[in-house]
Amino acid sequence: MSFGELVLWGLVKFVAIVFGWVMLVATVLTYLERKQSAYMQNRVGPNRAWVMGKKFPLSATLGQILADAVKVLVKEDTEPPRGGNPILHQISPALALVPALLMWIVIPFGPGPMPGAAGENWFLIADVNVGLLFMFAVMSISVYGATIGAWASNSGFSILGGLRVAAQMISYEVTLGLNLVGIFMIFGSMRLNDIIWGQGELAWGIVLQPLGFILFMVASIAETKRAPFDMPEAESELVAGYFTEFSSMRFAVFSLSEFIAVVAVAAVGVCAFLGGWQIPWVATPVDAAGVPIYGWITVAQVAIFLAKMVFVIWLQMQLRWTLPRFRYDQVMKLGWVYLLPLSLLNLVGTAIVMYLVR
Amino acid sequence: MTSTLRKEDDHLHSEYMQIAMGPSHPAMHGTVQMLLTLDGETVVDVDVRIGYLHRGFEKMSEVCTYNQVIPYTDRLNYVSPLCNNVGWALTIEKALGIKPPERCDYIRMIVCEMSRMSDHLTSIGAGSLELGGFTPFLYAVQAREEVWEVIEEVTGARLTTSYTRVGGVTADLPENFGERWVHAKHEVERLIVDIDKLLTRNRIFYDRMAGVGVISAEDAVDYGFTGPALRSTGVDYDVRTYAPYLFYDRVEFDVPVGKHGDNYDRYLVRLEEIRQSIRIIDQCLEQMQPGPVRIDDWSVILPPKDAVYNTIEGMIAHFKLIMEGVKVPAGEVYGYVEGGNGEVGYYVVSDGSGSFNVSDAPPSTRST
Repeated sequence: MSFGELVLWGLVKFVAIVFGWVMLVATVLTYLERKQSAYMQNRVGPNRAWVMGKKFPLSATLGQILADAVKVLVKEDTEPPRGGNPILHQISPALALVPALLMWIVIPFGPGPMPGAAGENWFLIADVNVGLLFMFAVMSISVYGATIGAWASNSGFSILGGLRVAAQMISYEVTLGLNLVGIFMIFGSMRLNDIIWGQGELAWGIVLQPLGFILFMVASIAETKRAPFDMPEAESELVAGYFTEFSSMRFAVFSLSEFIAVVAVAAVGVCAFLGGWQIPWVATPVDAAGVPIYGWITVAQVAIFLAKMVFVIWLQMQLRWTLPRFRYDQVMKLGWVYLLPLSLLNLVGTAIVMYLVR
Repeated sequence: MTSTLRKEDDHLHSEYMQIAMGPSHPAMHGTVQMLLTLDGETVVDVDVRIGYLHRGFEKMSEVCTYNQVIPYTDRLNYVSPLCNNVGWALTIEKALGIKPPERCDYIRMIVCEMSRMSDHLTSIGAGSLELGGFTPFLYAVQAREEVWEVIEEVTGARLTTSYTRVGGVTADLPENFGERWVHAKHEVERLIVDIDKLLTRNRIFYDRMAGVGVISAEDAVDYGFTGPALRSTGVDYDVRTYAPYLFYDRVEFDVPVGKHGDNYDRYLVRLEEIRQSIRIIDQCLEQMQPGPVRIDDWSVILPPKDAVYNTIEGMIAHFKLIMEGVKVPAGEVYGYVEGGNGEVGYYVVSDGSGSFNVSDAPPSTRST
């Protein structure tokens, strides 16, 4: 393939996967989140918007999503208060959304060729050899959207929220990364596709790295700024945190990018610790070159990937609606004093065990 | 309050930051403004500005008859209006030197305790909401709803109860009150267990509540704290036991006290007081006998409608009460009641003609 074809093909895949898959899951999540919290709190939740009466099963979901979309689109788009920077204020939601979408470039949600085998991976946008490192690089950039938006708002609440985002995301990225290093060491690759194949042969990451999985989960909740780690947007303190001064679609883009990040981090967790698209005791059919033969098993594998992802997200929601929020200093203390040494310990332990086993 | 922004460190160019939290802010449930001076995440100084909700209760009351004040007392604390109603009625009855029938006093105790439950449930729930715990808040509100439904059946209103009159209450308890109460009680007890499990031994909740907002017993007494805020410091002052009014000396209940005077102890005290309120109401329902709920004195309480329409005495008594109000002898009186957040006091000076001045001593302003 020439370079031009490569770029074009990548773009087509990006649009198809991101808009057909990621955005869909994230949008449905905004509904599920409210429904889930309603069930936990003895409420009914959103049930007013129906598409075509109650004719088909998901008409409430679809109706609510459409109603939300219409609402945020037609609302007034407010300017930042005097002294803010209108241009930065306008582009900052995009700065938050784009990195969240770019994370999906390296996440495979269906079986690709076996490690070392040449072939097209239909469920992955780009087969980058540094894989997860690329994702971490992109994830770091997403801090800018929030911080710049907060800065451009010229509001005390926003700026405090922006500072909290920066501090919290940087702190917990360290833990998040270190817990994946154990997985890198065991499977000897940073490509998620290779890691998933490796898990099929050896054992799932959660079995090999139980402590790493728990720490990863905690750090991933902090990384996606969700309760009990939702300091940056702590309603009772900072009104809405860094997006206090945003309205209509800009506000929606911020929250959507948050949901996309939630889905992305959950997907990484599934790939690294829960076997990705592997179904237990079901072998992936491959041809002689190591390229999977696509069939009904593939469909089941994509479905199981989705199910695992939803399970992880559901777990996060359950935590979110159960626990109260940390205080800012407690989050920093938890991150640097407890989680970071624990993950270092996990790493050293993994290294020693690996040395002994070999 | 520090009036100017001070430079903390010239080298870093870091300045204190000022933020106006309120009067319109998600955490300011009344309209209160807090001017915060922040050093990064640390609060250096707070200037609490009350007065956005000044209702002019005392001034308005000057042109009212005694019974016309009762709807105003609802608004003094909108989650425990019945305590305020009862407090006002007790104050004027004290000035008149009259004693309503026994059943009336038991009813007043019951509604007072139900009010206290709703007040404490609101406090606990809102406290949890402030920490981001939305689920316990809704559980508390659900429990409060059960209590309010019973209150609505008794008084006809959820918030603006205006249930008491000088010399009695507007109406007897409804016939099915016993069943309704048992149902509400079970619901509240069930939900309290849920809240308890979600919060009390929750590490995050404990870390955020314990050691925060500490006040020593001496300081609390000096500032004039009463109610759960004072009891959390270890002082067992409760008007209900120190100066029993109504029949609080006939029922058994414990006064929970805290140890450290921090937010966590205040939470525990309130949680336990809800359970004690349930105990008190159960005992009241056992002890109370059928009987009248207003005193039989037409110079204080409105005559029955039958008498108003058919007899000249009833008609005149009704006219005099409506136009001139209850006649309280000249003098001054202080009435008190243990409200949801502490001692609610009314200091009334009467000139004997039916007009009067009142000064209310609410528990919350003193502890702001």
